[in-house]
Amino acid sequence: MTEMNMIQSLNSALDSLLTKHDNVVIFGEDVGYFGGVFRVTAGLQEKHGDHRVFDAPLAEGGIAAIAFGMGLNGLRPVAEIQFADYIFPAYDQIVNEIAKLRHRSGGEFSTPVTFRTPAGGGIKGGHHHSQSPESQFTHTPGLKVVYCSNPTNAKGLLTSAIECNDPVIFFEPKRCYRGPFYGDPHNVPTWKGHPEGDVPDGYFSMPLEQANIVREGSACTVISWGTMVHVAQKGIEESGIDAELIDLQTLLPWDRDTVVESVIKTGRVVIVHEAPKTSGFGAEMSASIQERCFWHLESPILRVTGWDTPFPHTTEWDYLPSPARIAAAIKKTQEA
Amino acid sequence: MTEGIQATIEPYAVPTAPFRPGDTADFGGPWIEQPGDLNRPDISCDSAETQPHANGLIRVLNDEHHASGEWNPNLDAAQLIRGLELMMTLRIYDDRMIKMQRTGKLSFYMRSLGEEAIAIAQTMALDDTDWIFPSYRQPGAQFVRGRDMVSMICHCIGNTEDNIRGRQMPVHYSWKEGYFISISSPVGTQFSQAVGVAMASAYKGDDQATITWLGDGTSAQGDFHYGLNFASVFKPPVILNVVNNQWAISTHRNTATGGKNFAARGLSYGIPSFRVDGNDFLALYSVTKWARERARAGLGATYIESYTYRAGGHSSSDDPSIYRPGDEGDHWPGGDPINRLKSHLISIGAWSEEKDEELAEKIGDKVMAAYKEACKFGDLANGPYPPASTIFTEVYETVPWHVQEQREELGK
Repeated sequence: MTEMNMIQSLNSALDSLLTKHDNVVIFGEDVGYFGGVFRVTAGLQEKHGDHRVFDAPLAEGGIAAIAFGMGLNGLRPVAEIQFADYIFPAYDQIVNEIAKLRHRSGGEFSTPVTFRTPAGGGIKGGHHHSQSPESQFTHTPGLKVVYCSNPTNAKGLLTSAIECNDPVIFFEPKRCYRGPFYGDPHNVPTWKGHPEGDVPDGYFSMPLEQANIVREGSACTVISWGTMVHVAQKGIEESGIDAELIDLQTLLPWDRDTVVESVIKTGRVVIVHEAPKTSGFGAEMSASIQERCFWHLESPILRVTGWDTPFPHTTEWDYLPSPARIAAAIKKTQEA
Repeated sequence: MTEGIQATIEPYAVPTAPFRPGDTADFGGPWIEQPGDLNRPDISCDSAETQPHANGLIRVLNDEHHASGEWNPNLDAAQLIRGLELMMTLRIYDDRMIKMQRTGKLSFYMRSLGEEAIAIAQTMALDDTDWIFPSYRQPGAQFVRGRDMVSMICHCIGNTEDNIRGRQMPVHYSWKEGYFISISSPVGTQFSQAVGVAMASAYKGDDQATITWLGDGTSAQGDFHYGLNFASVFKPPVILNVVNNQWAISTHRNTATGGKNFAARGLSYGIPSFRVDGNDFLALYSVTKWARERARAGLGATYIESYTYRAGGHSSSDDPSIYRPGDEGDHWPGGDPINRLKSHLISIGAWSEEKDEELAEKIGDKVMAAYKEACKFGDLANGPYPPASTIFTEVYETVPWHVQEQREELGK
């Protein structure tokens, strides 16, 4: 085990896979010599060679199409989209092509592409460096969608994503690259000393499609992913209520069994995500939970989310779900 | 899964930058291309006539700061001094903003360092009501059009007087009065949008032209090709520019294209194409004037590559010493655009070091006064910000019920 922040653990995952599999290649904007604007690929080109870790021209649509082709022809490409907000020029290639290749070729062809992309707010990035577009991809059959939240699951899940034979969109909460974020921009710890900051060395994988129960509780089930896992943890503390916290980790296909089991136990649900509310992934979960758990529910399922507006720059703390908003929602579930 | 792939020799070309930290940059000495090498074709010319211009380098100022050749725009001293003042204003303004960024008064900043001539000279060559679709390094166009500096700073520091209400990162200026459209961080989108604006101008017959820029790196985006192709097909009054400053963050221009240069790509679209010394104020002005005349005559688009050097980091978040030699810029043969115009003015007896210092001081005072005035309305470090209610407004023309409900839920 080594103490790592999320940047180091992602780098470690990529390093171990480049070592283990000859057919893993990494490319994207500024990922080669420079090692990425967030330094996730630092040192990998030097260690593994120019043709395995290289800069792409600035063209996300091109990057996705090249990944499609490489993956189809025996490689295992890991493409970085510099910010999740930049993924939309690649949307056609991902949604119409990569996601559907296996199905529309009758299973004859497939392409095991992984897109890594930093997502989410909290860095004063305005709307083009802060969005969390997971639901644009959870609405796409054929993709798997993963959202890590700490150094350990970042490494373990990225390893499984790359080894997965289906295409995966892998979201990295950039606010948490260097430390967990509990909703207070003036008090930002590092990963040092955090239990999930102690990361297995070498090759390490964690299963996709499994949620993680971060905190056990009996009075309410709080479900989240990415940065909001930590904000929700703080919200639970502030509420003083014995809530269970589930880090979903994989959004598509999601671990419904773990969620249903928890909701049957608690009878109350708060879903927290930073993306806008309308058609956010919380809506899908809420619908599924009521289908399975309707007779166990003691109160309406609540969502605490980003607003249905573009992501702001100066006022981002009024946009992102705060511990206070989450605590209020948890308390509200107890009223019924 | 195909394991055991052995790629022992370079399986495909992976370009790298010619110079990396530790190397001594060598751009091959002074430019071979000289003023007077290339003629100034008629504005009705066919793209094929510009083949030498797309593969050469249009210059007006030589290395001794003398202006000559058919492309000399023969500007009078007052116009040249105005150009100098605007470029100096941009640089001094940038210096102030980067200092403010370091103190947290704004979150992020991008300077135009070394590329000041592009925004200033090219905008000066336009009509005042022409549309501007900039990339990150053309905020200087606003100075040409007389935008209030206090207003510009208020945007960057995201205070209560930011005309776009703290919604965008710094340097994403938007200014209706100046026909200046905000850049977009997922770069390149402006390039083809500008063609649409120009088509609307042609439709309305309003004699407005549109200018747009993107960087060498961004020319890899689909939008670059969409823009050139639509401009080629519909021939609207648009001026399409690639600023080749050698670097896109850490990515050298040789990763943006495997071709020799950027200007020649326009020829295959049938658009007159010019490669211009991007640090030569006079050449930039002159070529843009040509393109504007062509637009006015209803003859269609012009495509221009400005050959220059990004003298600073990509942004305040960037540390170029990681990926290029720290002194690479010192070896750039193209010089500094401000020094070159200043030296030219001195050589024709229209300027002096004393006048230059005096002007720099005057601009410095103006920038400092604007900065102090802007800070009265708040800054990113200390607030106040635009009210949180602005999150919910102008999402739509009128606020729909679901957004209104959320605003009430926030309670601000």
